[in-house]
Amino acid sequence: MTYIFSNKGVCMQSNAALEYDYSVAKLFTYTTILFGILGMLIGTLIAAQMAFPELNYFFGEYGTFSRLRPMHTNIVIFGFTLSGIWATAYYVSQRVLKVSMAESKFLMALGKIHFWLYFFGALAAVITLGMGITQAKEYAVFEWPIDVVIVLIWVIWGLSLFGLIGIRREKSLYISMWYYIATFLGIAMLYLFNNMAVPTYFASGGYGSIFHSVSMYSGTNDALVQWWYGHNAVAFGFTVPIIAMIYYFLPKESGQAVYSYKLSLLSFWGLMFVYLWAGSHHLIWSTVPDWMQTMGSIFSVVLILPSWGSAINMLLTMKGEWNQLTENPLIKLMVLASTFYMLSTIEGPIQSIKSVNAIAHFTDWIPGHVHDGVLGWVVFMIMAALFHMAPRMFKKEIYSKKLIDMQFWLQTTAIVLYFTSMWIAGITQGMMWRAVDEYGNLMYSFIDTVAVLHPYYTIRAVAGVLYLLGFFMFAYNMILTMTAAKKIDTEPQFRSPMA
Amino acid sequence: MFHWLEKNPFFFAVGVFLVIAFAGLIEILPNFAEASRPVVGLKPYTVLELAGKEVYKKDNCIACHSQLIRPFKSETDRYGQYSLSGEYAYDRPFLWGSKRTGPDLHRIGNYRSTDWHENHMWDPKSVIPQSIMPAYKHQFSNIADIETAYAEAVTVKKLFNTPYDVDGGVALGSWEDAQAAALTEAKAIAADMKNQDVKDLVANGQIPEIVALIAYMNKLK
Repeated sequence: MTYIFSNKGVCMQSNAALEYDYSVAKLFTYTTILFGILGMLIGTLIAAQMAFPELNYFFGEYGTFSRLRPMHTNIVIFGFTLSGIWATAYYVSQRVLKVSMAESKFLMALGKIHFWLYFFGALAAVITLGMGITQAKEYAVFEWPIDVVIVLIWVIWGLSLFGLIGIRREKSLYISMWYYIATFLGIAMLYLFNNMAVPTYFASGGYGSIFHSVSMYSGTNDALVQWWYGHNAVAFGFTVPIIAMIYYFLPKESGQAVYSYKLSLLSFWGLMFVYLWAGSHHLIWSTVPDWMQTMGSIFSVVLILPSWGSAINMLLTMKGEWNQLTENPLIKLMVLASTFYMLSTIEGPIQSIKSVNAIAHFTDWIPGHVHDGVLGWVVFMIMAALFHMAPRMFKKEIYSKKLIDMQFWLQTTAIVLYFTSMWIAGITQGMMWRAVDEYGNLMYSFIDTVAVLHPYYTIRAVAGVLYLLGFFMFAYNMILTMTAAKKIDTEPQFRSPMA
Repeated sequence: MFHWLEKNPFFFAVGVFLVIAFAGLIEILPNFAEASRPVVGLKPYTVLELAGKEVYKKDNCIACHSQLIRPFKSETDRYGQYSLSGEYAYDRPFLWGSKRTGPDLHRIGNYRSTDWHENHMWDPKSVIPQSIMPAYKHQFSNIADIETAYAEAVTVKKLFNTPYDVDGGVALGSWEDAQAAALTEAKAIAADMKNQDVKDLVANGQIPEIVALIAYMNKLK
């Protein structure tokens, strides 16, 4: 191995000098695809159920919208996204820390334990959730035995992450590492506090189900802790680690240096400080104290700054190289991801303004908002990252460029259909709930405001089918890249080779 | 400072943690004791109602129904008085929900009856023709888990001083007492229902989920 030391003491190393070990990254890549398909399949089904309620009866009591909805959210969050985060984390951290996992048997073992514990934990989570064993807190539904496993998985990831940092050659942590570290710390803190619960079997002296627990917080407090968690699980699951990805993969794929170090500093520390305050915007007009609601509202608006800071930093990284957008579909995916991140992070603050929230809350505008973020930003970025990693991990060309192009347009159309239909649905319903006639009486019964949404629910279901189709194209392309694509001899430096 | 932090991962992590933990301390802690105080006269859930709440959780009603009436005239006209913090003092977890595909349920007990719920849960379209809610027929045959509900009541009584077995509270007693009380309550509800299977089950000392759920719904006022 040859290393070139610059005068600043920064260790730089010539390309391909170090053989990185991708076995753990590959395993998580497989589950990203697997859980992606499963989660989005269920998502599409439940979208269709809202337009066509007859679709509720395929799997008896297990197939109703209400039972499948947490399946969808949890599989895409803790299955697809988390797998994607870990696939990229195991890939990126070796490369930016300039150390191979193969150099430490301990870290290799830890990585594999991490994966398998996660995989079986995820299966157990899906099964128990299917059985209806739930805490009924959104995105924190798993009962305490699963929580214990999740904590264990998290600790192992922490050991693995910091273990690799401990033996790094590159002393200075690259921006992506800041975000991965923040992901680890943020989720650890939030998950622990929100899931504080007492198992009733033990507390009552052996009565009832062993799985059941009761929250340590009640009512308004429980709501406050839950949305502090819920909002920031989005922060540290859907934002922070995805930014970690784009800061690595966009410069790598395009061969461009990150536009501004200072902007990345400002965005990172700004995001860390501001994000956590905004959780209470989920509780505007609820029974939590007014000052908390106001804080949530104000900090949500402030949050535009660090969010757009990262996004603009990424877009400016492409300065002078916009031609790559037409030549390289991975750049296209990442630039669109960044753009959807901007859309989503301006939309969120708008919904957090009290008067807007009065209309938007409880309506379909909220899932609309979530989905332009996750479909446009999270999934696009994860797919781009995996496409970039594939030639380097499997030493193969990407199977088909054309397929990525087609997939891109199909899914972009789907996202636009999704959020526009949900904007209209949400605002329509929000306005109808409050509409009064000339005497001040409510104009519509509740069911009127449901019936009117049928066309929008139908459009959304179509959007779901299109998006799912695009994801199948992604999965197909990835699988053929692994199995059937042309071998490459040298690792590509920047742009990923594709047929 | 930032360059130094980026070379010292431990202190970097400590820095990040302090920055992210700060908001929670300021926003959540100060109000904690006050927010959990019950409104005057609030009674905890009976064991049967708790079992019903578990059905509500299990079939995940919160996916489409809120239990939070906001302080707007359009909401108080539709659902009744706006919700107060102290009304939720015995709700573990809180079940406010975040989406109203269906209407709010915080005071459903004020304007829907056992009979209505029975028809509605069996076939929503029979009472609301345009409804997109699925039927929950399995609740008429699945047996509610009274023992776990009892375990929950014992737990909150012991750990959080929820007023069971006190003056003006709800009687809990031993497991045998609680079982008997739940069955008595269930019989009263089944008497207002027409489904023969449900009536037979209750007569045999078994409580179907629908009965527990209706007990819980009727308590929401």
